[in-house]
Amino acid sequence: MRPIVRAVTIRAMANERRQNIQLTPDGRLCHFLTIEGLSRELLTHILDIAESFAPLPDRHVKKVPALRGRIITNLFFENSTRTRTTFELAAKRLSADVLNFNVSTSATAKGETLLDTLRNIEAMHSEMFVVRHSQSGAAHFIARHAAPGVSVINAGDGRHAHPTQAMLDMFTIRRHKGDFTPLRVAIVGDILHSRVARSQILALNTLGVTEIRVVGPRTLIPTEARTLGVHVYHNLDECLKNVDVVIILRLQKERMDGALLPSESEYFRLYGLTNERLEAARPDAIVMHPGPMNRGVEMDSEVADGPRSVILQQVSYGIALRMAIMSLCMQTHAEERGEA
Amino acid sequence: MNISILNGRLIDPANGIDDILNLHIQGQQILAIGTAPDGFEAQEAIDASGCIVCPGLVDISASLRDPGPGRIDLASETAATARGGITTLVCTPDTQPVIDTPAVIELIHRTARKLRRSRVLTAAALTRSLDGEQLADMAALQAAGAVALSNAGRPLANTLVERRALEYATTFGLTVILRPEDHHLHAGGCAHEGAVATRLGLPGIPSCAETVAVARDLALAEHTGARVHFHALSTAGATSQLRDAQKAKLPVSADVAAHQLHLTEMDIEDFNADCHISPPLRTLADREALRQAVADGTIAAICSDHQPHELDAKEAPFPETAPGISGLETLLALTLRLVDEGVLSLTEAIARVTCGPADLLGLPHGRLDTGSPADVCIFEPEAPWTLYRSTLRSEGRNTPFDGWEFEGQVTHTLFNGRVVYRRNAQAPK
Repeated sequence: MRPIVRAVTIRAMANERRQNIQLTPDGRLCHFLTIEGLSRELLTHILDIAESFAPLPDRHVKKVPALRGRIITNLFFENSTRTRTTFELAAKRLSADVLNFNVSTSATAKGETLLDTLRNIEAMHSEMFVVRHSQSGAAHFIARHAAPGVSVINAGDGRHAHPTQAMLDMFTIRRHKGDFTPLRVAIVGDILHSRVARSQILALNTLGVTEIRVVGPRTLIPTEARTLGVHVYHNLDECLKNVDVVIILRLQKERMDGALLPSESEYFRLYGLTNERLEAARPDAIVMHPGPMNRGVEMDSEVADGPRSVILQQVSYGIALRMAIMSLCMQTHAEERGEA
Repeated sequence: MNISILNGRLIDPANGIDDILNLHIQGQQILAIGTAPDGFEAQEAIDASGCIVCPGLVDISASLRDPGPGRIDLASETAATARGGITTLVCTPDTQPVIDTPAVIELIHRTARKLRRSRVLTAAALTRSLDGEQLADMAALQAAGAVALSNAGRPLANTLVERRALEYATTFGLTVILRPEDHHLHAGGCAHEGAVATRLGLPGIPSCAETVAVARDLALAEHTGARVHFHALSTAGATSQLRDAQKAKLPVSADVAAHQLHLTEMDIEDFNADCHISPPLRTLADREALRQAVADGTIAAICSDHQPHELDAKEAPFPETAPGISGLETLLALTLRLVDEGVLSLTEAIARVTCGPADLLGLPHGRLDTGSPADVCIFEPEAPWTLYRSTLRSEGRNTPFDGWEFEGQVTHTLFNGRVVYRRNAQAPK
């Protein structure tokens, strides 16, 4: 057989230099679509800004005037009361005006309609879109088509990314653990379908934790999971040994239909977190869950309501973190316009 | 009209010719190669110095969307074939209505004959409406001119339907073109199930969706004795399955899409919908195995797998975009690039897009025999050029090669003795 010379394909400049569309040429954040490609400095900066917003709820005046008069639109193609509410609250705390669009996915099965929706809302002078969509890549698509000076925040796209959730989880971890570098983190459950897990893994690796472990049955772990920079486990007890942080993922009921799992009870027996199992983790380990939680499926109630659970803190930190992201992106555009 | 193509390097792999030779065309036919017979007078002399003169290209699989709604039709797509040096192509049955009646075949043939830019042959539907359940009227379709049968990538209901379809087609000696893909393992995926899809969270199509189907199809081909051709292989596994089957003397063959020999899963980075294709772009190792199979002849044909789409089809989040590449105008350039990259010799490369595909379907084209229709492609091998999406003649502008630099540009395409494309000439309206 003829030996094949492996030649490097010469490509045009346009293909060669793929730029990160969420950063301006000088590296400031203009969209927030994924953790991928963001530096440790930038992630730390986001956490620091969130820290400055965190005490607001305890103050007498709970708002800051940062985005007064700006219009922020929640564009949700997938139902989510909670995420939308925290974004709305974050925007209001920044004194922005908020529009809520809940677009049923059936009405926008065509991309044209999606772009039309975008153009229509842009015409209302909205300067920021918070987008949730059932398809991976939807936020990138909208960012690519958004008018200059309009920011897109990804509030979850398919299985791809949920970067604000991941950052509020990082915020939670930093508040409880301080330094990221010595930490071992276990992520438990449906990694395959989880945009939260993908973003968490990217963030944890960027922030330099010692080790990330994922655990679940083979059907719920992506085939190339290792390439994400994690250690793959299938036994929960082994996975939890000496970890500092345990992140439990939500198990969607429909996973039982697709022959991915036999039953909820078997899943709980193998991967449900109980106080006994948590013994394997470090004594000061914290337990997190991005919500909404299925008690008795992913986690026992006594763990969820127990002393190591920081699940409710996660929710309240979510507001400060989203305020940080929104103000950063808006600030970048204001600077671009020469207003700041 | 009589034409002489002078001073070109004439490469005709089917006849083992590679020399500086003149080519003389009388009316619609090739009259002579080398010296013109006495008394021959050419009305036009094309100076092909520095160029390669080869048979017009044969593209074994292109979707032309005609009949069908929208702007993509035989007029636009045959303009693209002319620019791409393609003179014979087999169009897939996924038209609207589907090519499952003689009337549709006749309509396509009539329209193409009027356009006179390339020979449009048809692969007719294997099952009625491509529904995968009821057999199409194969004998009638063959009588109307269908050169093969295909289900255009749509799944067959079950293995029994597949068995019956192969058996029935074999009754008439028809080749069955199969796109090997297990519908269940495909599971609504849109990208190769590998590292990139894992990171981007795109639903994956595993390699075994192809290898399982190839194994099934080979077993049924062996059982029925059918002449099976696999369209658009994408995995290393399938190439070795095919190689083994050919060693065991099964009458099976395969083609590969030109873009599969250059792109990989890495190209879907940033949700590049122009690289959303079916079968998906796979790993570098798969690409190398496909190149190897093309080099050793296991895969005897490179096709465009032309899937033109109007703008809207790619304007959506990646998983919702229509898969496919508009490939007619890059078939030759991508094939020639394999010569630059040391995969094929120039003669082999030309064979894979001329006599290779023609022989697989028993077509008398893709060769420069005297007395046969004068279908000729002339290209300048060293001419660097850049492909721009906006300059495509196809109404499908969906190409991932926008901005790519190529070497080897078609200067003339002749179909049935008539010049249907000249570089630098105005595009026909």
